[in-house]
Amino acid sequence: MGNPLPSSRAAEAFPAGLRVLIVDDDPTWLKILEKMLRKCSYQVTTCSLATDALHILRERKARFDIVISDVNMPDMDGFKLLEHVGLEMDLPVIMMSIDGETSRVMKGVQHGACDYLLKPVRMKELRNIWQHVYRKKMQELKEVETHSIDEVINILRNGSEDIEDRHLIDETEMSSMRKRKDVDNKEFVDQELNDPSTVKKARVVWSVDLHQKFVNAVDQIGFDKVGPKKILDLMSVPGLTRENVASHLQKYRLYLSRLQKQNGGTCGGNMQSDHINKTIKGKFGLKSSTNVQQDWELTKYACTTENFQTHGIVANAAHVSEMNRVAPAQVIASKKALVNDAQLGLFLSFKGMLPSIREKACKPLHDERPVMQLMQYPEQENYSVLEGYSCLANPDRDHEPCFDHFPSSQPLITSATCTNGKDMKDLYEMKPLQPAMPPMACTIDSVSIQVKHGLVNLQDTGAICKLEGSPSIEDCYLDETCNQGCFPLTYEVSLKSKSDSDSMLEDLHLYSVQKLSYLENVSCTGTEIYQYIDSVPITEVQRINLCEDSEPSGEYLYDPVDYSIDEYLFS
Amino acid sequence: MELHKLRRVYIEFASFVFHDGILDNQYTQLQQLQDESEPKFVLQVGTLFLEDSEKLLNELRSILDQQDVDFEKLDAFVRKLTGSSASIGAKRVKDACMAFHDCCKKGSKEGCLKCLQQLTAEYRLVKRKLETLFKMETQILAAGGSVPLLSQ
Repeated sequence: MGNPLPSSRAAEAFPAGLRVLIVDDDPTWLKILEKMLRKCSYQVTTCSLATDALHILRERKARFDIVISDVNMPDMDGFKLLEHVGLEMDLPVIMMSIDGETSRVMKGVQHGACDYLLKPVRMKELRNIWQHVYRKKMQELKEVETHSIDEVINILRNGSEDIEDRHLIDETEMSSMRKRKDVDNKEFVDQELNDPSTVKKARVVWSVDLHQKFVNAVDQIGFDKVGPKKILDLMSVPGLTRENVASHLQKYRLYLSRLQKQNGGTCGGNMQSDHINKTIKGKFGLKSSTNVQQDWELTKYACTTENFQTHGIVANAAHVSEMNRVAPAQVIASKKALVNDAQLGLFLSFKGMLPSIREKACKPLHDERPVMQLMQYPEQENYSVLEGYSCLANPDRDHEPCFDHFPSSQPLITSATCTNGKDMKDLYEMKPLQPAMPPMACTIDSVSIQVKHGLVNLQDTGAICKLEGSPSIEDCYLDETCNQGCFPLTYEVSLKSKSDSDSMLEDLHLYSVQKLSYLENVSCTGTEIYQYIDSVPITEVQRINLCEDSEPSGEYLYDPVDYSIDEYLFS
Repeated sequence: MELHKLRRVYIEFASFVFHDGILDNQYTQLQQLQDESEPKFVLQVGTLFLEDSEKLLNELRSILDQQDVDFEKLDAFVRKLTGSSASIGAKRVKDACMAFHDCCKKGSKEGCLKCLQQLTAEYRLVKRKLETLFKMETQILAAGGSVPLLSQ
């Protein structure tokens, strides 16, 4: 992993000693993760209950840099813990789960997780977690900077300091102003980060009491008239700055928008402040975490017409590779969206992702390659599924984050699907932007497959190929293994486009496995377990992920899995 | 048995275990984590897994023993076992869990009973294999050697 910090002793030692809190009710995983993190030279504290974790965090507030938690905990929903930590301690939280279903991952993201790891978790994934800490610090600094700029803008344009008045300002102008400032600021930020004490000054911990004061102030002022300065004055907390309030207000709005979505379905057009007040009623309950709908819906807001503006962030596939993750998710626009609007944009409430989003523009989906799919298999290992979302921008409009006003005031709904065994139906129901070949799968009874020598180059053919099967075993040294004869070897092929499927099939020839046997003398180095002597060599096929920056993972699978060929082939 | 032979038998035995999909690469990952500071790391993790799994299987049995099966509760425990099995690389146990998960979703008691049967069988299998591996590993260490890393 590259070291982006300028060379100085402090910078080089930076990731080491990172203070991590792990929360997992599974004792096996707790032990393993602790070991892995210690190997990364991180300082680890373990915890098997969410309530304990919160207790620890509240007690020693300044003593952790990052929290990693499993999603399924017995005493508290992992997502709830996530929200608590985000609000109260403002620490980056990574979620973990055995389940990589997109809806779950989405939920994690919505609740503010800065990453979502799939179990089994690999060392390299844990090694990188320091990036989240770094990124968050950068974000905080930028927030401080941004709010200063916004103030200037407001003063210049409206002579008022209220954030609300920003609505009247042309959003593109503002974002470009911000961008310029970002570029100027980069050096400044880097400098700041080398000295941790500078960073710490900017952060205020929002305790439950403080937050209650905040909410009371907001209620008193009236949600539509609220602005950081007014809130600050009402709260009258010494040492609290306008910036602190402003950034907290932003988070609060995000939280409310989530509640809105959950309570009110699609939230387009104007959102009445009374409605908002009704749903939250002064108390900052976290009921939303458990009720968030399963299906992932992104709602686009007509920016200029609202009182309540969500801070729209566009994530993109480029960000995925930045985070060392694989398999960007596919975003498919619904028919309605395609028909209605010239400009498509996706807005995603995305906590903790601000800096990178501003740096990278939203990338149109259509250009380079056909629709990319997030393929997930039950056996899939070590892919953390924090995906990027390709922005379905209008091909003509290039890379601006879409803050412009839109012709239709109707909210546009877009959905993401993930193609795994269970969700494949969704793919068929949705109308993709481009005709995508549904994933294909094949069974060949009592015949095995020869795959093209070496790697199947998936980038070219656009397919994910997996060779699975259990070859016959002869010459058993131990009585434990049984002679199983010749197993059907199966393969599963997933294709992106119709043209690809044809070429793929040409490459795959079928012929049977005659005999597989082991070398009599297994070398004692133990490096090569499987050595086949055969007239027909079966080359191991590496499972390759289809994504932008992927490399073959080098893992082999040997499980018999059956798929039916007729259903998918040539459809 | 002398060290050389011990290691060879270990590798050959392990290769079959891997071949049959009883254990997968995750086991190797655990081996790689083991070091001088924790020379029995794999053994400890394995023991934790076996203990935890026994408990979970008992829970599953007791839920299915009820007249009215609480499928959500059942699914929750199945999920826990799925996670647990993934920790040691007990691939077939994990697969059996996923099939069980599907049965829970369908709410079929009969299906779930069958799944539990299958799951128990897979668990017993991996338990035997693990215990053998641990025994051999202990023998190798006692003979002054190092446990060969199993790679696929």
